[in-house]
Amino acid sequence: MRRYSVFAIAREAMRYHEGWERAWPAPTPKPRYDVIVVGAGGHGLATAYYLGKNFGITNVAVIEKGWLGGGNTGRNTTIIRSNYLQDPSSAIYEKARSLYEGLSRDLNYNVMFSPRGLLMLAQTEHEVRGYKRTVNANDLQGIETRWIGPQEVKDLVPMINLHGPRYPVLGALLQERGGTARHDAVAWGYARGCAAMGMHILQNCEVTAIRSENGQVSEVETTRGTIGCKKLAIVVAGHSSVMAEKAGFRLPVESMALQALVSEPIKPMIDVVVMANTVHGYLSQSDKGELVIGGGTDGFVNYSQRGSWQHVEETIRALIETFPPISRLRMLRQWGGIVDMTGDRSPILSKTPVGNIFINCGWGTGGFKAIPGSGWAMAELVANGEPGPLAADFGLERFREGRFIDESVAAGVAH
Amino acid sequence: MLRLTCPHCGVTAEETELTPGGEAHLRRAGPDATDAEFESYLFARKNPKGVVFERWRHAHGCGKWFIAARHSVSWQVFGTYPAQTTEPPADLIETIRAAIPTWEGWQ
Ligand SMILES: Cc1cc2nc3c(=O)[nH]c(=O)nc-3n(C[C@H](O)[C@H](O)[C@H](O)COP(=O)(O)OP(=O)(O)OC[C@H]3O[C@@H](n4cnc5c(N)ncnc54)[C@H](O)[C@@H]3O)c2cc1C
Ligand SMILES: [Zn+2]
Repeated sequence: MRRYSVFAIAREAMRYHEGWERAWPAPTPKPRYDVIVVGAGGHGLATAYYLGKNFGITNVAVIEKGWLGGGNTGRNTTIIRSNYLQDPSSAIYEKARSLYEGLSRDLNYNVMFSPRGLLMLAQTEHEVRGYKRTVNANDLQGIETRWIGPQEVKDLVPMINLHGPRYPVLGALLQERGGTARHDAVAWGYARGCAAMGMHILQNCEVTAIRSENGQVSEVETTRGTIGCKKLAIVVAGHSSVMAEKAGFRLPVESMALQALVSEPIKPMIDVVVMANTVHGYLSQSDKGELVIGGGTDGFVNYSQRGSWQHVEETIRALIETFPPISRLRMLRQWGGIVDMTGDRSPILSKTPVGNIFINCGWGTGGFKAIPGSGWAMAELVANGEPGPLAADFGLERFREGRFIDESVAAGVAH
Repeated sequence: MLRLTCPHCGVTAEETELTPGGEAHLRRAGPDATDAEFESYLFARKNPKGVVFERWRHAHGCGKWFIAARHSVSWQVFGTYPAQTTEPPADLIETIRAAIPTWEGWQ
């Protein structure tokens, strides 16, 4: 696969751009692979990529029922941060964030990582205390965050209204190396990286059954035929329970809709990411000039990729008090994704009751930021059959043993 | 927006008037249950892509709990019934069977 570079652009400019290759081929499925990854979202593709890169396992297929990146990876608001409270969370999210820093170079693909700075607003006394605690925790974890007062918030976000009658801005938790990246590019970059190592990305191929022999996975049935495998990694986010059922076990997961929306494009008005968790809204501006806005999940099981209208209204209503200029904007598009929610709002990277089936799910409303770290940890789990240090605390057994990694109280909102 | 009819007071309520309460008909594991049974009661969820039985509370209305049988993709509502029961009514099961012959049942 030819590398992208300034010379490649110059070369192609001279010949009417006729020499670009496909970023990844569309192969015919082989009868058997060493590893099958189900789900070509960011997490599945990153798992495959690091299986090849870190463990030399390249006889791998990533199987996708739709188009790659068409799930939550292509539907999220792209917030990247690692300012979590619990140590296991901080470790895996910071691994991911630090990999994002060098990802464009590593993948030879511009993922447009933009560490523009991320603020989590404190709008109640409770939040002030909570975020100060997080800053202290992050200090111990070696993650750079700091507490800033209202005036510094105003300097960073001039359009903000500090003195909202209901929710004044009392300060913020700032992570300067948090930010955003281009979601599609992350999926495409990993896909291209996988294809370059000879892996197969099989799109429009749905896994419809999982078969095992003597308690070990043996093959999957797909809409493009039966495919054998030695190991199977299930990385399907909102459809995790559906796949688990096919493999014969249940998960502590519920699938719910999470929505986002973008405004009409306008001139630059905010160059950081702001999360306002008390009012359940968050905001950043894309390179095209659209305000990218997200809110909370619906409260019930839903597989329709459509959410409820009142959530859109609630999100906007809440944000308008703190960001008054938004009230003048027209909203262009709104969409939903089906997110996989666990009780402690932490992900699952785990062995399963079936031998050589591994599962990575439960990232819920906040897994885009985790893609590189999750893929890294999942590759280790699949390759060695046992979790490494990053994944060790995220096993399914934590529910039985009561070892929750409780981030629901720490963040309290979708992100 | 989802609309459900409260079987207690008869009001057809919009989602904003209701509070969702999660999977219905979970059976609490007894005192001599195994760890696995208790774990399953507390955490394992069916989370079906298809027919869901789910608890709702008519929070901004009569305040009572009920159960809705609903499709998690089409949002079709098959029926609602009071929560003071351990299994769905037989006629509702018939209605769902008629609508979805391949349905594997509520358990
Ligand atoms: C509106 C919204 C906003 C969000 N905002 C943020 C944010 O700001 N920051 C953040 O960090 N996270 C955010 N998230 C969460 C983030 O998007 C997800 O956690 C992450 O993208 C999950 O990636 P994934 O690869 O696990 O899943 P997906 O990208 O959903 O990929 C799973 C893939 O599996 C495929 N699949 C399913 N079943 C099968 C089958 N049977 N056979 C084959 N393939 C199958 C699906 O088609 C899909 O492509 C947001 C999510 C949403 C919906
Ligand atoms: Zn009622």
